[in-house]
Amino acid sequence: MAKLPTSVDSIIDQFGPHKAYTPKEGFQGVHEPDKLVKTHCCFCGMQCGIQLKVKDNKVAGFEPWMEFPFNEGRLCPKGVQRYLQNNHPDRILHPYKRVEGKGFEKTSWEDAMSKTVSEIQRIQNSHGRDAFAMLSGVSLTNEKSYMVGKFARVALKTKNLDYNGRLCMVSAGAGNKKAFGLDRISNSWADLKHAEVIIIAGTNVSETFPTLTHYIWQARDNGAKLIVVDPRVTPIARTADLHLPVRPGGDSALFGAMLKILVDNDWLDHEFIDQHTSGFQESIDAVKDYDLAWAEEKTGIEAAKIQQAAEWWGKAKTSFLLHARGIEHHTKGVDNVLSCINLVLATGRIGKPYCGYGTITGQGNGQGGREHGHKCDQLPGNRDITNPEHRQYIADVWGIDEKELPGKGLSAYEIIEAIHRGEIKGLITICFNPLVSLPNNNFVREALEKLEYYVAIDFFLNETARHADLILPGSLHEEEEGTVTTAEGRVVKINQAITPPGEARKDSEILIELAQRLGVGDKFAYDKAEDVFNELRVASKGGTADYFGITYEKIEKNMGVFWPCPSEDHPGTPRLWEDRKFKTPDGKAHFNPVSYRDPAEVVDKEYPVVMTTGRVVSQYLSGTQTRRIGKLLDQYPEPLLEIHPKLAYQYGIKDGDQVIVKTRRGEATFPAQIVETIREDTVFIPYHWGGKHSANQLTIGTLDPISKIPEFKVCACQLIPTGKMASVQIKETAYQSF
Amino acid sequence: MQNPQYNQQMEFFIDMQRCIGCHACEMACAECETNGQESMIHIHYVERAASVQTTVQVCMHCEDPVCANVCPADAITKDDFGVVHTANTSRCIGCSNCVLACPFGVPKKEEKAELMMKCNMCYDRTSAGKKPMCATVCPSQALFYGTREEIEKLRPNSTPVNKFMFGEEQVNTKVNIMMPKGSTELRIHP
Repeated sequence: MAKLPTSVDSIIDQFGPHKAYTPKEGFQGVHEPDKLVKTHCCFCGMQCGIQLKVKDNKVAGFEPWMEFPFNEGRLCPKGVQRYLQNNHPDRILHPYKRVEGKGFEKTSWEDAMSKTVSEIQRIQNSHGRDAFAMLSGVSLTNEKSYMVGKFARVALKTKNLDYNGRLCMVSAGAGNKKAFGLDRISNSWADLKHAEVIIIAGTNVSETFPTLTHYIWQARDNGAKLIVVDPRVTPIARTADLHLPVRPGGDSALFGAMLKILVDNDWLDHEFIDQHTSGFQESIDAVKDYDLAWAEEKTGIEAAKIQQAAEWWGKAKTSFLLHARGIEHHTKGVDNVLSCINLVLATGRIGKPYCGYGTITGQGNGQGGREHGHKCDQLPGNRDITNPEHRQYIADVWGIDEKELPGKGLSAYEIIEAIHRGEIKGLITICFNPLVSLPNNNFVREALEKLEYYVAIDFFLNETARHADLILPGSLHEEEEGTVTTAEGRVVKINQAITPPGEARKDSEILIELAQRLGVGDKFAYDKAEDVFNELRVASKGGTADYFGITYEKIEKNMGVFWPCPSEDHPGTPRLWEDRKFKTPDGKAHFNPVSYRDPAEVVDKEYPVVMTTGRVVSQYLSGTQTRRIGKLLDQYPEPLLEIHPKLAYQYGIKDGDQVIVKTRRGEATFPAQIVETIREDTVFIPYHWGGKHSANQLTIGTLDPISKIPEFKVCACQLIPTGKMASVQIKETAYQSF
Repeated sequence: MQNPQYNQQMEFFIDMQRCIGCHACEMACAECETNGQESMIHIHYVERAASVQTTVQVCMHCEDPVCANVCPADAITKDDFGVVHTANTSRCIGCSNCVLACPFGVPKKEEKAELMMKCNMCYDRTSAGKKPMCATVCPSQALFYGTREEIEKLRPNSTPVNKFMFGEEQVNTKVNIMMPKGSTELRIHP
């Protein structure tokens, strides 16, 4: 049913992606805007403050917001160009229904709503409630994330709800909960400034969080040593004091070996370990054989560099360790995170000024969105859906019987697998583009084609939604009020600048009407975003992610409030753990033993090259938004295969040659970019593109056993040179995902 | 040309070491009303095959601007604050003398417009007490706009330099580049 209704070219003609540019003279009224709206960028977890210029209910441009303390006007190219979405010709302005052989035709909201509800009921009556699943995304505000969690459990009554944070921060979240009993970075970015040593592991900061670069540079101006762990010399690695070019998959071996060096040299904080932690002995036992020679073999990093990193880390008085998807997108993502935390705990440098640790949350509301219940195993306040007390508390807040509250469901990739197996028959998505963002996406496409009914809510027609039976036009970031929680745990205010154009509606209105039609309108009686937030505050009260003391007024007055904030007179918590009272059952921070294991797929004779994936500065995630903005595309039009000159020479590949990259999942062709800034045994492809240009045709769908994150960052591939140069035509149309 | 809002203590500093090649400056520059979506600042890889190092190319606002000196139409002028302005559109004859003469390779002739265009230090913003757009958005602060005192305090490991030696030819500029501590000049062709 959910096969494409017509040719992909015809769908692209109607819905894009098309490149949009600002007119030479600027959008009408840009120089005399009706108002400047203080809000935030819609993209990454930095959530930079920005002012949108509004003229005649359209976003016409931007003006830096100098007073917002995190970025003080600084922006990356995506932030500068983010205003181009509201005026974009691809914007979905009406509900559309799939018509076989024709494509998508306009339909009325009434028909769209009643069809959605009748299909949900038909599928659930025939196959059970859990046969209808929901996939969501954390570009949504806290209010919408909370509402999605409640909608799935209370209105759809399905257990199968998950979100695209499953591809993002879940390994970090799981690791942090194990170690600290709470999932948030320990300090605000301000504490980077005077850290003596900064380790950034698996995070291409300058391309994925450009505005965070300033904080790292400030620390270096103050004398900090910067250690970057990355298989590539990224812009932030270029000037690092120490670059550790780890072979993809070797992270926990590196951190394990560093822990052993700390122990061997007694670079430990015994008082902290004794008083405030548990599990130290088991953790050091696990690494007792991880000597430098072993580590060099497993990581591909020179022993002397590992020794140097451990020495700098071991002897520092203040430090900050940051990681991101580079160490988290692994079948041992949680292990990698825990092995970093072990280094932090061993030296006791947490909960003090300029001593911090954390993940750099990727998505705009990756932090808040992972706290309030649209994960398959979670309820608001970062509560556990399998914990009877937590269930009862939330059931009471929602006014339902606890027995009615569904249990733990499948994670995002498992939902796709269940669709493929025919167990899940219906799907509703919002702000998630799994056909581009999930691994092994030929498998994802097969799954989509098996759905009996698929409803997509979005503002642009992403590649996945091309397979939908029904498209409901939702709202952009700037079209609905709410809050998001930035990567440093600061809850900030998103202000509505304009109303949704055409017949598009606020996402919340769509969910509320569906809930009403599903017979639970009384549970969704919200007049405005603040009503949802006030319910969220109560739902989060007493949970680890406690927002109870945060109000809209307080956020605006203070330019954000850091959770936990348990009461209205509480100032918020920029720095965690100063009281040494960890949120684990025993109140201690937990070391966790980490034994190294190989990635799911290692290189062999048939597939001899390591393949890894990542991002470029001008694109964001699956590109639904950024592959529609002309200048961002012109900066990096198509995915290139980064390859070291030695490896290229071995295959006779010249710069710009088309190279077929083949894995056990599929093959795709990319132009070679021959650079010395990557390991000799590894190739890199950015993943923002769909269709024939999608790197995720090749990646592996094996999951971390705990976090269920897929192993995007390492698989084995073959390289097959074609000897032909890429054509200009392919380059110019790559963004369209044909 | 007196403007009470223009703070003459403020200077422009470029630190190539900090540049992350993100192009935010170019995109922000192009937003200016007078630029017609063209950027007056340019970011280039030095040699991508070997490194991700990028450089910033923008008008250095020379004390004795060669571009103005060679302009046969007197279209380019330097104001009392040392800002060298884009060619006056009613005077510019599109001869490209300035393009050929600039030691930093900055001015560009916009072929379509037959006009020379270059950075005028965001005169609309700086004269109203704001920072230039590129230095406002630059996420790594490779582009910094502030006082000499501020930058010396913020970046103790480097020194602002505005003296360039092209062989024997000395060029002093209003714009500074950040060099290793203690540097006094940059020799381009030693």
